[in-house]
Amino acid sequence: MIPVSFDYQKVKTVDEAIAALSNDNSKILAGGHSLLPAMKLRLSQPSKLVDIAAIASLKGIKEEDGEIVIGAGATHADIAGDKLIKSKLPFFAEGASMIGDVQVRNHGTIGGSLAHADPAADWPALVLAADAAIEVQGSNGKRRIKATDFFTGLFSTSLQDNEIIVAIRIPVPAQGTKTSYQKFSQPASRFAIVGCAVMRFPDGKTNIAFTGVSDNAFRDSNAEAVVSGKVISNDSIAAAAKAAVQSVNILSDHYASEEYRKHLAKVYLKKALQAVA
Amino acid sequence: MSTKITVTVNGAKHIDKVEPRLLLVYYLRDVLKLTGTHVGCDTSSCGACTILVDGKATKSCTMLAVQADKCKITTIEGMATNGELHPLQEGFNQCHGLQCGFCTPGMIMTAADLLKNNKKPSEEQIRAALEGNFCRCTGYHNIVKAVQYAADKMSAPRARKTKKEAAL
Repeated sequence: MIPVSFDYQKVKTVDEAIAALSNDNSKILAGGHSLLPAMKLRLSQPSKLVDIAAIASLKGIKEEDGEIVIGAGATHADIAGDKLIKSKLPFFAEGASMIGDVQVRNHGTIGGSLAHADPAADWPALVLAADAAIEVQGSNGKRRIKATDFFTGLFSTSLQDNEIIVAIRIPVPAQGTKTSYQKFSQPASRFAIVGCAVMRFPDGKTNIAFTGVSDNAFRDSNAEAVVSGKVISNDSIAAAAKAAVQSVNILSDHYASEEYRKHLAKVYLKKALQAVA
Repeated sequence: MSTKITVTVNGAKHIDKVEPRLLLVYYLRDVLKLTGTHVGCDTSSCGACTILVDGKATKSCTMLAVQADKCKITTIEGMATNGELHPLQEGFNQCHGLQCGFCTPGMIMTAADLLKNNKKPSEEQIRAALEGNFCRCTGYHNIVKAVQYAADKMSAPRARKTKKEAAL
């Protein structure tokens, strides 16, 4: 499969990338592991690719001013193996190590995955549960978009044209915070049929996010209300599962019907809550 | 519009002008005539096209040749040294790790990435590492054995012995 012909520009800085995106039909190329397959199927036909892989400022993972900052160009493998992430945001490392396969993890990036916003991708649930902000840069400078405002629908985000994700910023969780990511994978693609990310803070506040279940990943406030600030017990887990995935449009495909997917979401929420109990 | 790239493939430097849409696997096969790297599914699923890009296992059907500019690439043709098979190649031979052989180059390149970071992988770790490589013939058992064979051989103090032998 051969993509439609396009122009190619490799850039070294974010400013250069923003300037290069002036043409409406330009696309950013990071790891290329979502974009290139779509281009090969000709589902996507950009006239120009702006390759940001060489931008040094987009790499790296660090702690800065009370936040964990993950460069948008960090690969899934970078994050899965990072010491800081393993110690302070362990479910990011677990989730990253469950994405696709070794080859995909070696090239796919967190920024690319978030911008693509596949309804079955893992990162959206993780950034939602971690109260992350997506830092983006455009011709008017930088701004932060809360993860909860970022995903707007199937493959849709609140990114504007000419904006590029530069980092993912997560408040450093208080000592004693527990996290879990539980996923039922599509056996061939390893995309999530259902993925449930949970972050439980020492004060009992509990964030719950799902991916794979609906048009876009979402925070489940009904389920959160059941367990937040309360002891996690068999009863409260059962009650949270009962309250979960109500009032959302549930996806259905040849692999998992609406009913089955809904059931799986509740089962995987239970597993995640048991893991943070 | 074509773009100039400089790549080092199996130790040899190549400078070529390529169309940006040319996939790396077709650059290797059609331009450099290195046909040991196979195109299986062409959809990033099967891993038959796996090569090492700067040491990392990579599906070459999911990378543009222009993205590989200034990179070091190793393909299956670069595994043997001076006519001597790489321990992984020897392992697949000795353990009957293949039947039709179509997936083998990709299997070997992914396993090479694994063994670089993990000298003594468990069976479970080998299976996890090869998750992105499909084999439709063997049922994977002998592939796992082949990787274990290579891990054992590579960790044996063979090089030292050879040096000693050479001194004698």
